[in-house]
Amino acid sequence: MTNFSIGIRALVALLALAPAARAQVTLLNVSYDPTRELYQEVDAAFAREWRQKTGQSVTVQQSHGGSGKQARAVIDGLEADVVTLALAYDVDALHRVGGLIPAGWQRRLPHNSAPYTSTIVFLVRKGNPKGIRDWGDLGKPGVQVITPNPKTSGGARWNYLAAWGWALRQPGGSEAKAKDLVTRIFRNVPVLDSGARGSTNTFVQRGIGDVLLAWENEALLAVRELGPDKFEIVLPPLTILAEPSVAVVDQVVDRKGTRKAAEAYLDFLYSPAGQALAAKHYFRPRDAGVAAKCAAQFPKTTTFTIDEAFGGWAKAQAAHFDDGGTFDRIYAAGR
Amino acid sequence: MLRRQSVLPGFSLSLGVTSAFIGLLVLLPLAALAAKAASLRPAAFWATVSDPRALAAYRLSFGASLAAAALNGVFGLLVAWVLVRQPFPGKRLVDALVDLPFALPTAVAGITLTTLYGPNGWIGRHLEPLGLRVAFTELGITVALTFIGLPFVVRTLQPVIEEMGTDAEEAAASLGAGRAQTLWRVVLPTLLPAWLTGVTLALSRALGEYGSVVFIAGNMPMKTEIAPLLIMTKLEQYDYAGATAIALVMLFASLLLLLAIGTLQAWSVRRSLGEAAS
Repeated sequence: MTNFSIGIRALVALLALAPAARAQVTLLNVSYDPTRELYQEVDAAFAREWRQKTGQSVTVQQSHGGSGKQARAVIDGLEADVVTLALAYDVDALHRVGGLIPAGWQRRLPHNSAPYTSTIVFLVRKGNPKGIRDWGDLGKPGVQVITPNPKTSGGARWNYLAAWGWALRQPGGSEAKAKDLVTRIFRNVPVLDSGARGSTNTFVQRGIGDVLLAWENEALLAVRELGPDKFEIVLPPLTILAEPSVAVVDQVVDRKGTRKAAEAYLDFLYSPAGQALAAKHYFRPRDAGVAAKCAAQFPKTTTFTIDEAFGGWAKAQAAHFDDGGTFDRIYAAGR
Repeated sequence: MLRRQSVLPGFSLSLGVTSAFIGLLVLLPLAALAAKAASLRPAAFWATVSDPRALAAYRLSFGASLAAAALNGVFGLLVAWVLVRQPFPGKRLVDALVDLPFALPTAVAGITLTTLYGPNGWIGRHLEPLGLRVAFTELGITVALTFIGLPFVVRTLQPVIEEMGTDAEEAAASLGAGRAQTLWRVVLPTLLPAWLTGVTLALSRALGEYGSVVFIAGNMPMKTEIAPLLIMTKLEQYDYAGATAIALVMLFASLLLLLAIGTLQAWSVRRSLGEAAS
């Protein structure tokens, strides 16, 4: 038998198997960069649970990249059954720009469709030589602040809005004072990397800057990977509640017939097992029971949400990050 | 010259395949780009492309790309010359190294250069006390663009220098030409068309480069923000039309630049052919 005919036979055999293969479900979870390890564990745990419950085997594929880039890929036709992105603004683009999900998507799941949260913390050099304790310290002369560019990095928008919201909530706080603080902070930024990992590199590998503004989960990971003898985390007394949101992509699951599994997958994130995995990967769990167990890892702090401080992402984006917004004006004034 | 028949069968067939290939791969995406940008009203289009931030980005992108192409023009010529004409130990290795910027993922190049030229880097550490900042300045962007453009100049010049041989130089010398005269009147005119091609390729590559530059640029609006980054920031706002508007301006400007160099090249070819005939 020639190699060619073996190949043909194998192909025929595969085709014959195809109906059987359909009994198994494949989901695609389109996520953002730092969740790779989290979802590897979640996918395996969910597959076990789903097989026990339904007897069906499910494979979850993952895709990771910058949050905005990932949302655009889904809008342009990447067949994501679910998206798990860094900010609601990017998930909302699936509705606004892509028409793939309905307007009220954020109310379909508990807690604003954010099964786990994080917050923005300061990563400083060991011993905190510049004495950075709170957002106000970031605007002081002589402090170098490292943060990615909020125009290109979804994660960095949380940093910017955290500083702005903090200033609003100080005694005598006003929009003008907030703008002044944020302007002073960005005057202290020597490099605006395009993404969060780039900024971490700048701060950690190149030793530039006194403080890195980072998501708590990224900061905890950095300290664990790079050694607690070099860096420490400062949790400001008042900061923003970062809510990475998730959604089932209706247009895709209805076409593929995977809605049930996709919805169960997101529900699993809210289950105690899913919550424990989130906590293991340094995201703050919503579930009170799981949160109590890992209280040592997540010290208490007061937080405000985007909705409370800015009236939602759409408004925050328009006022601060769209062309001509406050961020652009900070740099236009710098000329 | 005298061969009547073309090597490729069927002139019309190969022309058809050529135009289909170019059409599908190049013209179709460009048409889509133009169509997308056309969804902007003219006033909005103009406001997007003439915004001070956009102007600063064009200036930086074209300025740094031209500077990098010029640097590569000078040093690439030297490298190509040495690689062809001068035997030295480890020549094959150096020759292989020239291609590295082609093969290296651009992000790797960017991160490596930033590590070297950053304020604490091996090179940056020694430049900083001299008041010379490379990383996160226009200079750093030029360094990155020079890095990625070098192989284009070297690889287009090498075969031409090889083919040129030494006869013309020997003839010039025997007719009493000095070294400078030989270089200026004999060597450089022969190399000019290929050299222009190499510089053009390096320039076009630099204009579109994103991956390596974003790491070393620092990305400060109005200061070190290249045009491709501006396109990315527009996309991040789901402003597809605005992004394509900037892209269209870059494209158009590049096309003009390439046409100008192409004309220059045609002229130089004609001139050298004319001189050879006379």
